[in-house]
Amino acid sequence: MNKPLIATTSLAGCFGCHMSIMDLDDRILQLIELIEFNKSPINDIKTLSKECDIGIIEGGCANSDNIRLLKEFRKNCRVLIAVGECAIMGGLPAMRNNSASISECLQEAYIDCVSVQANDEGLIPNDEELPMLLDQVYPCHEIVKIDYFIPGCAPRADLIWDVLTALISGKKMELSYECFKFD
Amino acid sequence: MDTKTIKSESAAITAIIAGHNNNSTDLMDILIDVQERFRFISEEAVGIIAKAISSSISEVEQTLSFYHFLSRTPTGKYTVYLNNSAVAEMMGRDEIAQTFEEEAECEFGTVSEDGNIGLFHTSCIGMNDQEPSAIINQRVFTSLSRKGVIELVHAMKNGVEIDDLPGTGVRSNIIRPGPILTMEAQPAEILKKTVSRKPEDVIAEVRAANLRGRGGAGFLTAMKWQLCRAVKAERRYIFCNADEGEPGTFKDRVILTERPELLFAGMVIAGYAIGAAEGILYLRYEYKYMAEHLEDVLRQMREDGLLGKSAVAKQDFDFDIRIQFGGGSYVCGEESALLESAEGKRGEPRDRPPFPVEKGYLQQPTVVNNVETLCAVAKIMLKGSNWYRALGTVESTGTKLLSISGDCERPGVYEVEWGFNVNDILRMVGAEDVQAVQVSGPSGTCIASSEFNRRLAYEDLSTGGSMIVIGNQRDLLKDIVLNFTDFFISESCGSCVPCRAMTIQYKKKLEKILRGNGVAADIDQMLSWEKVMLVNRCGLGQTAANPILSTIRNFRELYNSRLRKHTDFVSEFDLSAAVRESCKITNRIPGPGGG
Repeated sequence: MNKPLIATTSLAGCFGCHMSIMDLDDRILQLIELIEFNKSPINDIKTLSKECDIGIIEGGCANSDNIRLLKEFRKNCRVLIAVGECAIMGGLPAMRNNSASISECLQEAYIDCVSVQANDEGLIPNDEELPMLLDQVYPCHEIVKIDYFIPGCAPRADLIWDVLTALISGKKMELSYECFKFD
Repeated sequence: MDTKTIKSESAAITAIIAGHNNNSTDLMDILIDVQERFRFISEEAVGIIAKAISSSISEVEQTLSFYHFLSRTPTGKYTVYLNNSAVAEMMGRDEIAQTFEEEAECEFGTVSEDGNIGLFHTSCIGMNDQEPSAIINQRVFTSLSRKGVIELVHAMKNGVEIDDLPGTGVRSNIIRPGPILTMEAQPAEILKKTVSRKPEDVIAEVRAANLRGRGGAGFLTAMKWQLCRAVKAERRYIFCNADEGEPGTFKDRVILTERPELLFAGMVIAGYAIGAAEGILYLRYEYKYMAEHLEDVLRQMREDGLLGKSAVAKQDFDFDIRIQFGGGSYVCGEESALLESAEGKRGEPRDRPPFPVEKGYLQQPTVVNNVETLCAVAKIMLKGSNWYRALGTVESTGTKLLSISGDCERPGVYEVEWGFNVNDILRMVGAEDVQAVQVSGPSGTCIASSEFNRRLAYEDLSTGGSMIVIGNQRDLLKDIVLNFTDFFISESCGSCVPCRAMTIQYKKKLEKILRGNGVAADIDQMLSWEKVMLVNRCGLGQTAANPILSTIRNFRELYNSRLRKHTDFVSEFDLSAAVRESCKITNRIPGPGGG
């Protein structure tokens, strides 16, 4: 039997959840015995080249490219998992949702902010290559159907390990209180 | 503002702070006094306070920004806080709100142009049996009608003194008094009996009565006292938690109004039992109107020798009681948040352990007891544990005060023995055609008629005392569950992520379902998020999704009937609308599909 295929990506996240995957340490070696990575920052494969069994999404949707990629993952992954606070509820990027409009955000980022230098003309980047910012930062479950949620900021490596091995083996996993209670 | 005015204002603020001995732990009192005097707390005031109490501006701002009755911007000469609880809405709050806006000529959340009237929403103010109701400058106005509001605003426009405004007054509505609410002895008799025994024996008596905390959690009172007494410390504190903020609860308000002597006697007993030198009544700001009355009772008790040095003529028992006001925050009903607030900080729950009995107020061993618990203690000392144990059930001894409101003929306070079933209660309050009963407020559970045979008891249907009757004419999800969810969103202290942010996801899902765009997967997702809510530090945060979760469990058909069938998923997201603003700013045209 072929090994299950996993693809991962980070949308409007900080790559902290991917750092947590790296935090599996030597279990990464065990993991690649069990699965094969397709598109992922872990192996630097840039595009989804096959239909995958499991898709892992870090981060919410802040721009049009996030939406495109999330939909592409949904289309190509049998099971889609939202990992971490940003994917589940928007997280830190969503702080802009109730406090500033897009124009205020851009004005602050490129014109008003004290650290802005050499933008005397007051330009706001508008290259065709750039994705469009969305009016809000959206959690993934509002855009596509999400099958599972792994909570945490970032979720601990152990939790990610438990979820993946349970999914691959088809066994029910127990979410103990301690595994995502931090303080 | 001219220099002279600024100078006199600074002097007034400095005097207020001096009145609190420039003490940083008195920050709540200082802020409340400044707020009441100037109707807001200015940037200058924050600076003066920070300097005087040797704190920083950001620390003062932190506390100030946490409480919704404290404001950095002017709130008007008359500040109207209209209750927005679900029961207020059931009783016609919308029309009242609209009348306020029309008459005062300003919208909610703003102050009229002349700075005279400010209109604001506020969470449940403990008047569910006489809604719609509002607080105006610490006075409560109940059972508001459209005509009443017109008169009220007219009077405010004419500058009528706050005490002369028409329609002020709170009714106690005791419909069924029981042993706690019938006064059989003066506090002096109860306290003399108490101090004639050793503190250990007092604890033993309360233990024998099997008294459990009446705030909702049901912890054994005697055990809490014993744990606190066992900790070596220079000073111990007994707090009475009178921050009843759970929507639908108002029984503590009635006890504080009708039986304050009994409550204060209970505090003295607890203080004696644990070896405390000070009792502090943490009273929610919504009940500020009672301050004078309660201070009078305390003064009388001091005159009678029941408080102060050698209280109750007991040598070496120095004990006094003071009142600490909150500033408007539901979370402060959680005991560790209450202690933080009493120390002049944001009312955010502490992580445990250590528990308050080890390190509580000012890091000293502290017991926090509910108002009703302390009243029960006083009765137990008077009549004995055998008498008390004979009331109620084996596991739930004594009586329980219920605050009953909503769709019933006789809303008010009922004192019943534990063991009453819900049907008995509904008959008692005159409720017919009942769709649901919300037991213990939004953080509790919403039960359907199939569960009305359940008994109120710790071993069956546990309750802190709030019961809201919801008639069949109501749209349970839209009128009640959505309101409760909004309540949790606005009252989250913000400390834990799921309580702060997951509640918003819950609300958005519920709204999606109410718009007719929900699918079965949305319900499954909401259920799957339940475990995430347990990450929250305090019991209030952990129950913040209960309005939705308990109705999914008990009223699933209400959800199902609104779901879209035969479809896996519906997204309400509209990409072209979402990029419209950024396209406009950057002069770009959205590509196919909006991206």
